[in-house]
Amino acid sequence: MGFFLETLIGGLMAGMLYSLVALGFVLIFKASGVFNFAQGAMVLFAALAMARFAEWIPGWFGLEGSYLGTAAAFVVAGALMFVVAWLIERLVLRHLVNQEGATLLMATLGIAYVLEGVGSSLFGSSIYTIDVGMPKDPVFLFEGTFAGGLLINKEDFIAALIAAVLVGLLTLFFQKTTTGRALRAVADDHQAAQSIGIPLNRIWVIVWCVAGLVALVAGVIWGSKLGVQFSLSTVALRALPVVILGGLTSVPGAIIGGLIIGVGEKLSEVYIGPMVGGGIEIWFAYVLALVFLLFRPQGLFGEKIIDRV
Amino acid sequence: MSRQIGEVVLDLKQVSLSFGGVKALTGISFDVREHEIRAIIGPNGAGKSSMLNVINGVYRPQEGEIILRGQRFTKMNPYKAAQAGISRTFQNIALFKGMNVIDNLMTGRNLKIRSNLIQQAFWWGPARREELEHRAKVEEVIDFLEIQHIRKTPVGRLPYGLQKRVDLGRALAMEPSILLLDEPMAGMNVEEKQDMCRFILDVNDQFGTTIVLIEHDMAVVMDISDRVVVLDYGKKIGDGDPDAVRNNPDVISAYLGASH
Amino acid sequence: MLYRENGQFKTSYAADQQIFPITQDRWAIIGILVFAFVAVPLLVDEYMFRAILIPFVILSLAALGVNILVGFCGQITLGAGAFMAVGAYAAYNFHIRVEGMPLLVSLLLGGLTAAAVGIVFGIPSLRVRGLYLAVATLAAQFFTDWVFLRVPWFTDNASSGSVSVSNLQVMGWQINNPLNKYLFCLAILTVFALMAKNMTRSAIGRQWMAIRDMDVAAEVIGIRPLFAKLSAFAVSSFFVGTAGALWGFVHLASWEPAAFSVDRSFQLLFMVIIGGLGSIMGSFFGAAFIVVLPIALNQLLPAIGDLVGVEISTAGISHAELIIFGGLIVFFLIKEPHGIARLWSTGKEKLRLWPFPH
Repeated sequence: MGFFLETLIGGLMAGMLYSLVALGFVLIFKASGVFNFAQGAMVLFAALAMARFAEWIPGWFGLEGSYLGTAAAFVVAGALMFVVAWLIERLVLRHLVNQEGATLLMATLGIAYVLEGVGSSLFGSSIYTIDVGMPKDPVFLFEGTFAGGLLINKEDFIAALIAAVLVGLLTLFFQKTTTGRALRAVADDHQAAQSIGIPLNRIWVIVWCVAGLVALVAGVIWGSKLGVQFSLSTVALRALPVVILGGLTSVPGAIIGGLIIGVGEKLSEVYIGPMVGGGIEIWFAYVLALVFLLFRPQGLFGEKIIDRV
Repeated sequence: MSRQIGEVVLDLKQVSLSFGGVKALTGISFDVREHEIRAIIGPNGAGKSSMLNVINGVYRPQEGEIILRGQRFTKMNPYKAAQAGISRTFQNIALFKGMNVIDNLMTGRNLKIRSNLIQQAFWWGPARREELEHRAKVEEVIDFLEIQHIRKTPVGRLPYGLQKRVDLGRALAMEPSILLLDEPMAGMNVEEKQDMCRFILDVNDQFGTTIVLIEHDMAVVMDISDRVVVLDYGKKIGDGDPDAVRNNPDVISAYLGASH
Repeated sequence: MLYRENGQFKTSYAADQQIFPITQDRWAIIGILVFAFVAVPLLVDEYMFRAILIPFVILSLAALGVNILVGFCGQITLGAGAFMAVGAYAAYNFHIRVEGMPLLVSLLLGGLTAAAVGIVFGIPSLRVRGLYLAVATLAAQFFTDWVFLRVPWFTDNASSGSVSVSNLQVMGWQINNPLNKYLFCLAILTVFALMAKNMTRSAIGRQWMAIRDMDVAAEVIGIRPLFAKLSAFAVSSFFVGTAGALWGFVHLASWEPAAFSVDRSFQLLFMVIIGGLGSIMGSFFGAAFIVVLPIALNQLLPAIGDLVGVEISTAGISHAELIIFGGLIVFFLIKEPHGIARLWSTGKEKLRLWPFPH
């Protein structure tokens, strides 16, 4: 029982991190109908920037060992993501209004290559670490309830907490503000939104900036867990089942989908994995999402599509 | 007229359809006789298109049944309807935009294709023969609709009126026994309307095709149809020959918006 | 001889339904085939065969397959690499497990196995569409990645799924040097391309395109979406699987699952989008573009570096390659979203009217 709960909680916390990446996808898809394959590359880029600036800035300003250096690095990396977002809108998206989904998807793959290339040439391509001072020691909970208690990794816990707060804030932002409403209009129909005076380009810059920030947070958390390296960009592929499970247009969907996938992965890896040789978590997530899709083709919270003729 | 209106071929009984909580059709019954032109009219949102969608199985009604030549269908689907000889056109033209006119019409011959994938892959014997036969048939339709000059144009590039005509052509290429037309004249100018009227009457006259038609232009409807069904808010409020419908007080009030 | 169709009157539908109704096009294609089969072997060295021509021919075949599914039937797939893998490993199993199995039969059986697997992974397309489907096809990708890495039976107990084949021959003809490999692949490509063209101009192709353009209307005129979609998945996977088998057997000779990773799937999708969706010709253009570009960059960048007096490191080159490759793709999508095939047909249109602009 204790072991099961441990796995479950581990899954929930991993799921929270998936949600964070998935959220980037959903934000951009909602606002521009673009399925942003570059989200993974953005996470990598942001994490690289964070890791290297955290190394460089204290050196430049003599802030060694203080949190101020880390904070400054975060701000600089965030600003850099804004620039990236602005450039993407300026150079790519603006020219692809009203193109087909597949074309847009391919364009973001192109962006992903560029980001990966630029990231590695600016910041180098070895493995870096990010240390934002999160505690690494595990704690035991509920020692009274179970024999031995539940082993929880504090770092995971804090990360999940940060993710949850961020998700909450974003939900509020997009549900309660005018920008949020304009966003939904843009997602529905580029031309129609433009014709009622919604500034398409500004909305896109905003959304890509927010997605860039989300990528930064995700990059910092993933990076401090796993180290910053090229494989970080595959995080996007891990988060895709989450997106389709939750529905491409739903923020709550991204969160709940993330939790389901996180838990499903961990449980399958622990309970089914050993029977078939392990390593099943990636495709298991996809198959899980697929099975859901067969029953609800628009995802758990996606908007239902009715055909009209 | 040479054609003879015959037996009931299509009989709808107590059809009700709703989307979520919204009732689109409530207990509608009417019949269609062989070789006749049957019009469905009604104000916007009356459920006319839904009615056609029910007949050829695009929508599944929650209640009621469809009897087609004595055969009961509670679960109609578009493929079965096509096999039973029902074809249709669409209100917002649903042509295959990436194909040219010939290919669009050729899709209408699909049910009659017998060769298999492998024969087609090698353009071999039966596949090649069929392709020629059906091409000849399609050319007949092209001649009938007077669209020879555009036969190789991608349909996306055609003006609206011609697209409507190609839409009709695709339905005709199926050699249907019942043809459903969803606002065939919407958005056309007078000349185009006259052409379309002529085609509809010719189809009915030459091939004896039964026609169920939705149309907003009352002059046209009263002129060409044998019997008219009137829908309003998903309910049937009138049924009969054009004169009877024209004088039906319910119909008049539905159209003029007088209080009930 | 000017490019004109004036005076070429068709007196039968058969003449009008030829693959190349314009005489000049017919001559051009014969010329290209003669060039590819006869002239190229005389002109080209071994490096060209191995680095460019063989990959181009095989990936063209795969791109044709992907184009059938994505371009003609409108079902986006991100899992094409998976079907290459299935084709390669299935062919491998037929090859080693059945005594005296002819090479060609192994390869085709590999393709057929991929077709069967393609049908299974095509089932979601009956419920799910667009981007949801694209992501669903990734399930095929990761599942096969895992199967060939972890299930030893499929790889004859080879560690980490790396297998190899040798002594390839077709009826006594040794396929052991780059020239023979090239000719073998080219012959298969020619037959398959003809099949693809035939299918897309007959009933099955019209069914696919009808489903792509307007699925509700397609059903209404009597096209079963089930059959149309699954047949597209099957045919597409057959092409892609055969290409995968060729890639493994002929091009690589020994390979592991990573040869057919998700990057390969993306690469194939790039080919058809850059080449032109729904165009047979476009598949070749796309394959050529994607095969040649990295090699060209690899050769050009150091040269450019020399020219401006900057020594570019190997890592620098690979980063620059990524940036330029990605940038070019974006640039291309912006400039011509309908692919190279569209440029080609616009060009032909212009040529037909030349010297008049309209």
